Amino acid sequence: MTYIIYIALFFMIAGLTMSAFRFVKGPTAGDRTVALDTLTIITVAAMVLLSYVFQRIIYLDVALVYAVLGFIGVIVIARYLEGAL
Amino acid sequence: MSLLEIIGGIFILVGSVFLFLGGLGIFRMPDVYNRLQAGTKATTLGAMSVILGVGISQAATDWTWILKTLVIVIFIAYSNPISSHALARAMYKRKKFPLVKSKAENMDAYREIIETEKEEVKS
Amino acid sequence: MTYIILIFFLLVLMVGAAIYSIVQKDLLYAVIATGVISLILSAIFLLLQAPDVALTEAAIGVALTTIIFIITIRNTVRHEDDFKDRNDLKSAIK
Repeated sequence: MTYIIYIALFFMIAGLTMSAFRFVKGPTAGDRTVALDTLTIITVAAMVLLSYVFQRIIYLDVALVYAVLGFIGVIVIARYLEGAL
Repeated sequence: MSLLEIIGGIFILVGSVFLFLGGLGIFRMPDVYNRLQAGTKATTLGAMSVILGVGISQAATDWTWILKTLVIVIFIAYSNPISSHALARAMYKRKKFPLVKSKAENMDAYREIIETEKEEVKS
Repeated sequence: MTYIILIFFLLVLMVGAAIYSIVQKDLLYAVIATGVISLILSAIFLLLQAPDVALTEAAIGVALTTIIFIITIRNTVRHEDDFKDRNDLKSAIK
């Protein structure tokens, strides 16, 4: 099980790195916002996996807060880009 | 390793591979709509699979993990499509249409879009 | 503590996002970079075994800061070069 968690964390780090590269490089504002959304989802999955690693159920609450509130920032940025805020 | 841990480990591996593919799609795709498609659908499936895998592999020792992970999965399943829909609608309202031409024309149209974005920023 | 490598990777990512947020002239991109900083900082707090601080950072950084800064940008200007001197600030606010 330890090696499975190491392999999963390696894949997540690779995904985080590529999303961060697109965040720096991305030519328009939409690309950067998509990169922010992907970073949020990958980090939520990594937080849940870390709560399994440390065997603490209280760590799931942070992932729950990000799953509930994480889309509000993206929606506000999208409404601003649309011009309807 | 019990049977539940093996099933949960398979879920975690499949989910992390899908998260990696989502990042690769963000990195490689040519314009905003393709990046939305790759980066939202793949990561939604990957995150749901990883979280359910953690809940299943912990279910033998403590059964309250599966309830909390189910709550997180439900919230991801409603919040992530909302954000991607709002972003695609905003890009469509700004006349950023999908690019379906050949590759050279594709890049020319994309440069035009970037130029218009710069002009919009200046104004 | 075999996860010290993960903490170092997240720290490098966070400092990179902070430098990007300072250097960038477009203020909307700087606000999105602030969201990335808050996200990664929350993950670092979780790794350092402080889940309550991570909870507060998540609730404040992801929703409140982004909304307030976006409303500020909506009411003023988006690009930093539009401020030539300080007297332009009064005319920029609608």
